Amino acid sequence: MSIFSKLTPEQFTAIGTELDAIRNRVRADLGERDANYIRTLVKRQRQFEVAGRVMMMIPPVWLGGVAALSISKILDNMEIGHNVMHGQYDWMNDPTLNSKHFDWDSADTAKNWKLTHNVEHHTYTNVLNRDHDIGYGLLRMSTDQKWEPRFLANIPLTVLLHTFFQHFVAIQNLKLEEVMVYRTKTTAQLKEEFKPVWKKMRKQLAKDYVLFPLLAGPMAPMVFVGNMAANLTRNLWACAVIFNGHFPEDVEQFDESVIEKETRGQWYVRQLLGSANFSGGKLMHIMSGNLSFQIEHHLFPDIPAHRYAAIAPEVRAICKKHGLPYKTGSFAQQTLSTWKRIAKLSLPSGKSGKVSARASAVSKAATESLAMAA
Amino acid sequence: MSSLSSRSNFLTVGLRRVLKSRVVSTLTYPHGVDRYLEQFDASWSVDEVRAEIIALRHQTDDSVTLTLRPNGNWKGFRAGQYVRLTVEINGVRRTRCYSPANSAHAADGLIELTAKAHANGFVSKHLKQDLRAGTVVGLSQAEGVFALPEQRPDRILLISGGSGITPVISMLRTLCDEGHAGRITFLHYANAMKDQIYAEELAQIASRFPNMELLRAYVEPFQAGELAGLFCREHLLDAVPDYASAQTFLCGPPGMMKAVQKVWADEGLSEQLHLEHFSAAPVVLDSSNAEGEVRFLRSERLAVNTGGTLLDQAEAAGLNPESGCRMGICHACTCRKTAGKVRDTRTGEISDSGEGDIQICVSVPVGTVTLDL
Repeated sequence: MSIFSKLTPEQFTAIGTELDAIRNRVRADLGERDANYIRTLVKRQRQFEVAGRVMMMIPPVWLGGVAALSISKILDNMEIGHNVMHGQYDWMNDPTLNSKHFDWDSADTAKNWKLTHNVEHHTYTNVLNRDHDIGYGLLRMSTDQKWEPRFLANIPLTVLLHTFFQHFVAIQNLKLEEVMVYRTKTTAQLKEEFKPVWKKMRKQLAKDYVLFPLLAGPMAPMVFVGNMAANLTRNLWACAVIFNGHFPEDVEQFDESVIEKETRGQWYVRQLLGSANFSGGKLMHIMSGNLSFQIEHHLFPDIPAHRYAAIAPEVRAICKKHGLPYKTGSFAQQTLSTWKRIAKLSLPSGKSGKVSARASAVSKAATESLAMAA
Repeated sequence: MSSLSSRSNFLTVGLRRVLKSRVVSTLTYPHGVDRYLEQFDASWSVDEVRAEIIALRHQTDDSVTLTLRPNGNWKGFRAGQYVRLTVEINGVRRTRCYSPANSAHAADGLIELTAKAHANGFVSKHLKQDLRAGTVVGLSQAEGVFALPEQRPDRILLISGGSGITPVISMLRTLCDEGHAGRITFLHYANAMKDQIYAEELAQIASRFPNMELLRAYVEPFQAGELAGLFCREHLLDAVPDYASAQTFLCGPPGMMKAVQKVWADEGLSEQLHLEHFSAAPVVLDSSNAEGEVRFLRSERLAVNTGGTLLDQAEAAGLNPESGCRMGICHACTCRKTAGKVRDTRTGEISDSGEGDIQICVSVPVGTVTLDL
């Protein structure tokens, strides 16, 4: 039985207070060091980008160009874009690093991303029927998700998702399954919703697949293929990192009832139980956008991600103190566990992972009275 | 203003056209050209005005005079106008308004700003103590209606107090550059001679231009001024008897400005008095009392502050601002606060009183707050 159902309201409150203390302390400490960090990172990303675009036009260093542009796109999307759009650097008052205005080198619009990710995913993390990231409408990623014949294709669809990740993310908001499978949305509605998505998508496509190749003159085909390779590299890496954050088998998912009158302490614990880290060195942390600390990210989404490494030992200590699990493993271990889940759940009898229900009746009543007193 | 040759001007114009073109815009999509230009040189931008601090001078113990070289986007200014200066202090960008004190016709194209470091002045203290030459700062185009009119008035009276001297000394220097023939009286109020900025410059101008009269008034005793004490009608009657025939430009602390305005209003001369306000910091209200109002700028609505979060108060006022988690983590409800202080319900922290973005689901007004909503 999940610890979620065993904790008392007092324990939830204590955990919440201790985690709030970390957040407030780090928030008050933000300053020049953090500003320098993100500015340096942006500088490197632009350097990799320009170097990559140029090198790709020169046959002997074409591969170096692909590597550099891949790194540029990965940094731009993960350590910079995802984090800036979380508002992690809004305190700087710099409009170029502000979550309201930042846009990233991806087919997805900033607006749609913030809706699906910041609001939906981070508020309703791993809650069935509320967190669209559980399966993305495409895959069966929960034991409690009703099996449909289409889920036999779980594995090939996951491969497809990894390959075309930037485009799948761009249309995630459109919830294609509502039109194609469940018929709860009309094609006409879909077309309307697609318009702003297409506006950005076509500019990205024009940039990578028309303009830069044209700029290269006779090297056009090399640049075209190279840009495709860079986008593919980013897609595979980003998707793999993201999957490792919530799909290893020991990561919990939650029944919808848990969010009724959820206290701050309960929200924190759900974030903790619904996320998993993976280990690595400093380079791994930067290249994964610090999603190697998915747990810390879900506890403190608007704290600059490069601070998670220092916070992690404190979070682990709080987990130990309250008997909470802290899920982590090597990148390979987490990936293997994730694919086990994907494979098992593709079958109708397949069961994988834990779904935690609402706390017991006694705790429930106590929680309610606590919430009312607050 | 700028001393570029016509050939390099052609290049600059051509280059600018290319940088602003649709092709370049798509090649640099979505970040835009500026985000790449600034990697080469921090002051480069297609649109934004930026400037490099090339010198700092300390005229008095509590002031700093900055010389700035603006980038090619600076369009000049009318004497008396102000600019918005943006500096980064411990990772956070802060913006304050300052009036260029140099002549609008300055051939070197440089801008001179002088700031007095107040005890509570967070930014002015930074400018005085920590700012270094070589720093690139943000600037705006010149703003403000307080300026010398196109048609220069014949008889001009310039009244200033403290750091309010900056816009009017710009007016004075501009008029001198133009060889203004009419009479100019420069009436300046300061605490003491040691506190007065631009003392030397004013003395020099007075000695070179016979049609300019310099009147200094000091509040502290035993100062060598032409007048003494705070502004009063007697000063005018004594030293500027023809004040009613002049166009008067006034800039200084609120108390002084009120006194001057009263004299002009009493004699029906308000139309001849032009004002620039350097506002003081607002009064801090007790955060536990729900006082003041909540003002919604764009929706043109007003509500009495109930002490609830700004999101709740906006919805109660019939507005429908964007929101998400309602607990301060998703930033969907981030709004621009244009004035007033707010308290963060998570930390108890109180914001500053100026412009800034806030998450309205976790912000409670401390006194009157204005939102761009």
